[in-house]
Amino acid sequence: MENNKITLVEAVTQALAFEMAQDESVVVLGEDVGLNGGVFRATQGLFARFGGKRVVDTPLAESMIAGMSIGMASMGLKPVAEFQFLGFMYPGMDQIINHASRLRNRTRGRLTCPLVYRAPYGAGIRAPEHHSESTEAMFAHTPGLRVVIPSSPAKAYGLLLAAIRDPDPVIFLEPERIYRWVKQEVPDNGVALPLDKAFVVREGTDITLITWGAMIKETLAVADQLATENISAEVIDVATIKPIDYPTLITSVEKTGRCVIIHEACRTGGVGADIAAEIAEQALCSLLAPIKRVTGYDVVVPYYRLEHDFLPSPARILATVREVLKFG
Amino acid sequence: MHLGTTTTAATFEIPFLRFLDEQSQLTQPLPEFATPQTLVSLYRLLSLLRVLDNKAVNLQRTGKMSTYPAARGQEAVSIGMGHALEKGDVFCPYYRDQGVFLTRGLKISEIILPWGGHEKGHAFTHPDLAHDFPICVPIATQLLHATGVAFALQYQQKPSAVLTVCGDGGTSKGDFYEALNLAGAENLPVVFVVNNNQWAISVSRATQTSAPTLAQKAIAGGMPGIQVDGNDVIAVRHVVAEALQKARAGGGPTLIEALTYRLCDHTTADDAKRYQPADEVKTAWKSEPIARLGYYLEAQGLWSREKEAALAEVLAYEVDQGVQEYLQVEDPAPTDMFDYLYATLPKGLQAQRQQAEMFHGK
Repeated sequence: MENNKITLVEAVTQALAFEMAQDESVVVLGEDVGLNGGVFRATQGLFARFGGKRVVDTPLAESMIAGMSIGMASMGLKPVAEFQFLGFMYPGMDQIINHASRLRNRTRGRLTCPLVYRAPYGAGIRAPEHHSESTEAMFAHTPGLRVVIPSSPAKAYGLLLAAIRDPDPVIFLEPERIYRWVKQEVPDNGVALPLDKAFVVREGTDITLITWGAMIKETLAVADQLATENISAEVIDVATIKPIDYPTLITSVEKTGRCVIIHEACRTGGVGADIAAEIAEQALCSLLAPIKRVTGYDVVVPYYRLEHDFLPSPARILATVREVLKFG
Repeated sequence: MHLGTTTTAATFEIPFLRFLDEQSQLTQPLPEFATPQTLVSLYRLLSLLRVLDNKAVNLQRTGKMSTYPAARGQEAVSIGMGHALEKGDVFCPYYRDQGVFLTRGLKISEIILPWGGHEKGHAFTHPDLAHDFPICVPIATQLLHATGVAFALQYQQKPSAVLTVCGDGGTSKGDFYEALNLAGAENLPVVFVVNNNQWAISVSRATQTSAPTLAQKAIAGGMPGIQVDGNDVIAVRHVVAEALQKARAGGGPTLIEALTYRLCDHTTADDAKRYQPADEVKTAWKSEPIARLGYYLEAQGLWSREKEAALAEVLAYEVDQGVQEYLQVEDPAPTDMFDYLYATLPKGLQAQRQQAEMFHGK
């Protein structure tokens, strides 16, 4: 299968298969992950290849999925648990916040929790209510967790491998809107990408656009538009939103002097607020304009007829970018 | 309801087990493990737990420790459970399980250390406890960890089992049902104990559920549910050991409801007089576990006033030694709160770590 172009969701499957083949302690579990291959087919083929002991169709109970994974991890297994959607991860929050994130700390390193909680997230696929959440900030607020969000097939592969190999719990949120957006060549070579690292996906000199997940699509479209106007935008994919690689962000803002943060999640308490604050603290004197955010509104994600009004559109991003460019 | 004619879809029964009744009389021949020597050592452990609890409450009252949940009246549940565990078994406690840890051999100073504000108490230096979970405060969440540990034991083909426990209130939680259901569905080597002390802080067992027994909740999970006299340490030890042995042999999970009574406050932050009826407490004292076993041992010629006096002295000394050790544990370094958060501290946290060090105590 090498050198075949694959989608983001196929890259997830490829990473799972690679790691399961080389590490017997990796166990995939969740609802419908076995025979059915997952509701988005992210675990397609794993059941046939690795069997029901390693690809476990669990009873339908999310707190249970989160909690049993902790017990498994404490014994040296590496559970990779799928939640069907981020909106269904909430029953597991007690387990995730009260236990997974702090098992190492509260046992002074005696017990650890090397697990991955995977979930598709975000709006834009005409799904029913509760299937369109982007509440990554809740996890980012929790000490002891890592929160990782890929934005391309190659990143999904490399970052998921890194997440599985990481000795601590990782929340791995997969942007369902771009699950099948682009295809990339992703060599199945088992090479992980670094966690805790932001990626400059497009270099530029006039403004820094900071984003992650599916919003990379609109942000790159905006950068393309700006290029036609001879404005050079640098685009950064934060990728690991907990902990954030601030040096990469700060270096860019120091270069461009202008910054817009784009995220799909609601504005208040969003990760963008933290990024803005950190840039203000560390690089205020480099700024030529206020830091601005373009985000989902502070509303319940609407049903699908309005979901594209909720999501930051290229037009909405562009309007804010122009304000920031004009400033001063 | 007018249903028309029905047939029986299924029938279930909940057995009740005891060996020693409230008058310290044997109701049936003792199980094999209950040799005179073992019974005396169980009596010693029950007494040790009570002495430790009293001492710990005093430490809290004198400002040398924070909140502490004594187990007075419930000693037989903890000690019976602890005594049934074997090397290789894993224990996932709730928060009133100091008796299990005592029985497993954990040092007194380590047992009380978490209540004294130091995470090091959960580092468990005893090798038999390498995989045991720390005490668990969020109700019933530990039952799911136990299922995960059991899954791992099964996956790794280890011949051991997991023991876990919650209170009567815990049986109302979703995690309780989710754990039972999973354990049944996957035939996991796990034993669930409900330490039914009749009170979930101030909410009585009758207010908690209309189910006539808590043991019957096992039926929904597809496993046997057994009720045991939780003030009869022989019965608790026996039924838990049998259930663990069944689990180790691949026979799947069991739910055990141990009937007891909390003869103290929920924790040092509580006042049980606000809700426990005085006459009920008075009655409950008549069936408490230590005297029950003590009278039996005395009747068998295995115990005496002299032995009791000597034991009291030894236990007081033992607990005092543990407390002295506890009191000498140094405060953690301020950097400790960073150093166990991740395997490697993320770079961005280094500045916060330095700040914590710089402003320590300031």
